[in-house]
Amino acid sequence: MAQKEHDALTGTETTGHEWDGIKELNTPLPRWWVYLLWVTVIWAVVYYVLYPSWPIGLGDYTKGVLGYSSRAELAKELEAVKQSRAGWLQRFEDSTVEEVAGDPDLLNYAMAGGRVIFADNCAPCHGSGGQGAPAYPVLADDDWIWGGTLEDILFTIRYGVRATHDETRLSEMPNFLADEIITAEEAGEVTDYVMSLTGAGVATVAGQTVFMEQCAACHGEDGKGLKELGGPNLADGIWLYGEGRDAVMAQLGNPRHGEMPAWVGRLDDVSIKQVTVYVHSLGGGQ
Amino acid sequence: MSHEKFETNVIILIIGILITISIGGLVQLVPLYTMEQTIEEVDGMRPYSPLELAGRNIYVREGCYTCHSQQVRPFRDEAERYGHYSLAAESMYDHPFQWGSKRTGPDLARVGGKYSNDWHVAHMIDPRSVVPESIMPGYPFLAEKDLGFDDAADHLGTLRVVGVPYTDDQIANAAADLAAQANGEEGDTDALLARYPKAVVGDFDGDPARVTELDAMIAYLQMLGTLVDFTTFKPEMAQR
Ligand code: HEC
Ligand code: HEC
Ligand code: HEC
Repeated sequence: MAQKEHDALTGTETTGHEWDGIKELNTPLPRWWVYLLWVTVIWAVVYYVLYPSWPIGLGDYTKGVLGYSSRAELAKELEAVKQSRAGWLQRFEDSTVEEVAGDPDLLNYAMAGGRVIFADNCAPCHGSGGQGAPAYPVLADDDWIWGGTLEDILFTIRYGVRATHDETRLSEMPNFLADEIITAEEAGEVTDYVMSLTGAGVATVAGQTVFMEQCAACHGEDGKGLKELGGPNLADGIWLYGEGRDAVMAQLGNPRHGEMPAWVGRLDDVSIKQVTVYVHSLGGGQ
Repeated sequence: MSHEKFETNVIILIIGILITISIGGLVQLVPLYTMEQTIEEVDGMRPYSPLELAGRNIYVREGCYTCHSQQVRPFRDEAERYGHYSLAAESMYDHPFQWGSKRTGPDLARVGGKYSNDWHVAHMIDPRSVVPESIMPGYPFLAEKDLGFDDAADHLGTLRVVGVPYTDDQIANAAADLAAQANGEEGDTDALLARYPKAVVGDFDGDPARVTELDAMIAYLQMLGTLVDFTTFKPEMAQR
């Protein structure tokens, strides 16, 4: 090692390393920086002792004296939440949806919870206020495809419509034109008849006959829908797949069917009851 | 003066740097390979079907991860909103993983089955047609572009090189499986489902005549978070 040597110009000590006559100055790290380094080292040692850290072979690792685990922590927290809500949850479990709606306390609770559940899960299809969208029914009116009582709504939400669940609500409108159940001429007549149900255009007797023979079974003799068969009301001017003659014709040649997922399994039963009561309250519950 | 040797010889310096950095990397990585708890044992996890994989590739290509995470963290608010926290096992076949680091939109780790195919079609083509307040961009071109899948087997083969356990059978039938899953009833879906249990079969984009990129994307989205059988999952065996 070269002895301590000072740079003539700056007076700083050099490291003794020399390249082409240029000498490297020895400028040590600032003290505070070095202290911080040591603090982090001590921090690490404390961390190793308290928290899970070192692998110790044989597929295991040190668990730390605190025994911390983020997943166990979550399980504990969820359990605590469940405990704190236990009274409520039990009351919901023991009550039918009618009883929930009839009990001011439970109703209040269900409305608050239901609003949040609705926003996270249902709003993307049914709109943030249940106002619906083309092909997604309005939940805030009293026009129900599958029924607007609390029990009906509960069933729809639990098992869905044309969903993958075994209990799901199911019904399919035949493809009248492609399967040649009716002729194009009859299709025109029955469409006129359907239009006349909402006061547009004139009905012909022929159209009415086709309707009674082919459509009434699902849409009702008066065209006001049959909840058991999921045939929507055609007489109230509320349309899933668009208004007007062309839309009705389109449904005869290429029937569209809405799919609503089943929520049992994804949402727990108490949540489903809450959102049922919330949907029922949106404006059109029966 | 060994110091000087390093400072005056580039090759020695590079080797020295490599050794030093490797130690850091090895200390962090190697133990994970030896620990049994790194990836929990679960039932139901399987490599992606060729159609799901094609969708995943489009997901990566379009940068969906810049706005969507795929990782439900073990926190109460996330568990209550999205469902069970994500497991390491659920991304064991991801190369690269899609955990993401930004949530402009919601987490997608459990989106499978949450919506209908119809909804996904409308939403991908124009998000505002179903969610008026959405700020997600539309991807209408996915519905127009045919999915090129001559190379389906190559994708599986490549992943096998990096450790995804695709069988010879799966690789040989990749293109057929892809078509079967996207065509719904037509193809041989029994063989598909034997190779890829729980695969969602159907004409995803509403256009049965063609297999489009949208078909692949929706098949991928409908699978997300649905594979692991949580009824047999033992949380106490996977605590960390
Ligand atoms: C993927 C989109 C989608 C989501 C998400 C969705 N729904 Fe639906 N829902 C539909 C469709 C489509 C229908 C109409 C089914 C039909 O055509 O018969 C429907 C029907 C309904 C009905 C019956 C309406 C009637 O007139 O009888 C209720 C009640 C309902 N949904 C509530 C909910 C609730 C509550 C949620 C959230 C937990 C929800 N929906 C989430 C698509 C969805
Ligand atoms: C087997 C039962 C069934 C029969 C028979 C049937 N429908 Fe339907 N129809 C349905 C169902 C179910 C829907 C609703 C699909 C949905 O909810 O997505 C529907 C929907 C419609 C719609 C669309 C309603 C809207 O809101 O947009 C029209 C229009 C319609 N049907 C007309 C007819 C006509 C006309 C006939 C007779 C020629 C007929 N249907 C026969 C079951 C039936
Ligand atoms: C600019 C950011 C952005 C990008 C990029 C983006 N999204 Fe989104 N995404 C959003 C936002 C915001 C929402 C919430 C509003 C909505 O539902 O549209 C959303 C919602 C979604 C949802 C519904 C999730 C749920 O649970 O409600 C899906 C599925 C989705 N995006 C898929 C995708 C896919 C696939 C891509 C890539 C092709 C993508 N997104 C790219 C911002 C983005």
